[in-house]
Amino acid sequence: MGRFVAGRLAATLPVMGVVAVIVFALLRLAPGDPAAILAGDAASPEQIVAIRARLGLDEPMIRQFAGWIWRLLHGDLGTSIISNQPVLRLIGDRIEPTLALATTTILFAVAVAVPLGVIAAWRHGTWIDRGVMAFSVIGFSVPVFVLGYLWIFGAAMQLRLLPVQGYVSITQGFGPFIERLVLPTLTLSVIYIALIARTTRASVLEVLGEDYIRTARAKGLAEPRVLTRHALRNAAVPVISVIGLGITLLISGVVVTESVFNLPGLGRLTVDAVLARDYPVIQGVILLFSGLYVLINLGIDLAYLIFDPRIRY
Amino acid sequence: MRAGLTRRFAVGLGAVGLLAAAIGPGTAQDNKKVLKVVMHSGLRITDPIITTAYIARNHGYMIYDTLFATDERFEIKPQMLKEYSVSDDKLTYTFTLRDGLKFHDGAPVTPEDCIASIQRWGKRDGMGQKLMEYTAALKAVDGKTFTLTLKQPYGLVLASLGKPSSNVPFVMPKRIAETPADKNVPEEIGSGPFRFVKAEFQPGLKAVYEKNPDYVPRSEPPSWLAGGKVVKLDRVEWINIPDYQTAVNALVAGEIDYIEQPPHDFLAILKKSPGIVINNYNKLGFSGMVRMNWLNPPFDNPKIRQAVLMAVNQQDYLDAQIGDPDYMTPCMALFICDTPNATDAGAPMKPDLAKAKQLLKEGGYDGRAIVIMQPTDLAIVAPLAPVTAQALRGIGMKVDLQSMDWQTLVGRRAKQDPVDQGGWNIFHTTWANADLLNPIANVGVNGKGKVGGWFGWAEDAEIETLRDAYARETDPAKQKEIAAAVQKRAYDMGFYYPTGQYAAPLAVRSNLTGILPGPAPVFWNIEKK
Repeated sequence: MGRFVAGRLAATLPVMGVVAVIVFALLRLAPGDPAAILAGDAASPEQIVAIRARLGLDEPMIRQFAGWIWRLLHGDLGTSIISNQPVLRLIGDRIEPTLALATTTILFAVAVAVPLGVIAAWRHGTWIDRGVMAFSVIGFSVPVFVLGYLWIFGAAMQLRLLPVQGYVSITQGFGPFIERLVLPTLTLSVIYIALIARTTRASVLEVLGEDYIRTARAKGLAEPRVLTRHALRNAAVPVISVIGLGITLLISGVVVTESVFNLPGLGRLTVDAVLARDYPVIQGVILLFSGLYVLINLGIDLAYLIFDPRIRY
Repeated sequence: MRAGLTRRFAVGLGAVGLLAAAIGPGTAQDNKKVLKVVMHSGLRITDPIITTAYIARNHGYMIYDTLFATDERFEIKPQMLKEYSVSDDKLTYTFTLRDGLKFHDGAPVTPEDCIASIQRWGKRDGMGQKLMEYTAALKAVDGKTFTLTLKQPYGLVLASLGKPSSNVPFVMPKRIAETPADKNVPEEIGSGPFRFVKAEFQPGLKAVYEKNPDYVPRSEPPSWLAGGKVVKLDRVEWINIPDYQTAVNALVAGEIDYIEQPPHDFLAILKKSPGIVINNYNKLGFSGMVRMNWLNPPFDNPKIRQAVLMAVNQQDYLDAQIGDPDYMTPCMALFICDTPNATDAGAPMKPDLAKAKQLLKEGGYDGRAIVIMQPTDLAIVAPLAPVTAQALRGIGMKVDLQSMDWQTLVGRRAKQDPVDQGGWNIFHTTWANADLLNPIANVGVNGKGKVGGWFGWAEDAEIETLRDAYARETDPAKQKEIAAAVQKRAYDMGFYYPTGQYAAPLAVRSNLTGILPGPAPVFWNIEKK
């Protein structure tokens, strides 16, 4: 297995290399000019040209690319064209809210969705099953921002239970930290609850028809034990795959939730950088995402080993 | 078993509810000396000289001070200066700094700092560049005094040094002001009423300012950007909330105190919300602009540009952009209504479609598609392009309305290429009216063309002669006459069409007092009760 892990980690490098080339090329081909953005509305074309030269954006693309890769190999992701801040610092500032929201969302979603899926499969065809399926359809269908505004209206504006927006770092206290994450988590987790619950239901349903479940019941095991020890464990591989997919989506795709609840995460950093054509920031964030994707997928593959001993690497 | 699982699930959900309840309600800021503000944009560029972005200008007013400032009567008043004098031949201005001026790093403000700051600003700003064209020398005389010597009399020395909007000639320490004008300053050190808390700066998210305890305000009462800058808060936090619905909810819930520019759609709701006040602090307001590209046909032909000016209707723009009559004012004065240079000279007072069609015919319009760039992500500018498109279609022009984000637009509008090689025909933008008050500040009447001109590259020697005459004139009455001539020439030649003036008021909590009227939002004099 050690060789497998080492191989997968080594494979990260060419993946990130390909990502680096594609991102760099795509950004340079996209319309927009960070120098014009930096200069502002009243700047003359001559001033924009001067800023472009100062930033090195007028150099041949291959030279810009070589310079970026060289700095990257020395651990330097570059400096934001717009804010003049190191990209590493920008990412460092924004990663905590994203990880916090991703963690609370996935934990809450798994805690709710897996039992729901198991119960729905166990009570297949009953009103509980239909209720879970109906919830799943609604969860997939309602846009995140609609749910967010509804939570804000109800819990923050009407009941005054929770704040409307903002983020407080866990270093400033767990209470304020979690207080700001409750509504975003409830909002964002709905779609993941729907996704995981449906997958769990389908997977457990398939397993419940297996001979070993009948055997387990025949030898007198209690139903909860049959469901958790035998059914769920054997149904776990596809569920873990979906959870892993959910984590990758959560890290990179929570920009709407971050905007609605004013969370200063990586999603907003990426969108802001794209809108401002802040090349070093976009490149840095996408490289980070690609690295995280590889690591998360590796983690999922390793998790299979725990739930299915038949799998060998 | 079934009941057990259901019960456990219910307990789980209940725990989340209890957690929320235990944490308690959203807490508004307890400290009455801390102001939480949502500005019109997140602060990303902290150099108010390299960029003309208004958020950088507003940041500049927090941490920097100015030699002069404009007051509510459009008079230029000394701000950092104790006194100034002008020689009889009007060629030498002598400036003396007032006592107690100190930068945030503790260093005293010296004439060398002022000179370096003026020189850097003079490389970027339109009025600054003009001033530098007329300047023979800037020299320090002693520890408090410096002189500006002109090559010939120039009527806009004080108006330039006291200009209220981008780029404002803020004073920085010499070592920072020596940064090349096309490079961001490395530090945010000023001598203004607030200090920038760099450690808490998160570009695009949060900028924090604290009261500068060493700042010595002038003794005069505040008036616009002039007078005493007395800070009554300990700390001001600019928090960027990208979603205005959330920002408005946060204001109503008391989590923030101040929104600089809530969209007009929200104003009616906010007016009805208890504890919220709408404050139209900026009576000068804002304006939109239709800008044609003189380099590309058919707008290389003045008759076709005239046809556009005859086809469009200012009221249509205002209805589409603002909608609420309380916040919009038709105005054809290019140098802004109710200001010293306001005039109707040369303005097409109402659309004349028959004349527009006639001009199109005389201009030989060949039916080519007009590329109009529409920035769909900028709510205040986005409605303008469809109005122009419809007006042009109304006189028989073919229109290619191209949607894009604002950043794509600002990149593309810098291209002087033909339309089929990535060029363009028309774009729209908006301005703070403080930037349009005279023929030198207003880039829309710049007639320098491809070299030195503004996007659209209007080229007209006659208007440049008039602008030079305005700059040299020292008599305000004569300046006004020349401004009228500039405006008439601009309309005759089709420099741009103003889409009307509008207000962009603040929405604030009712416990805020002392918000100063002016052309830019400032935070001195504000108290939080």
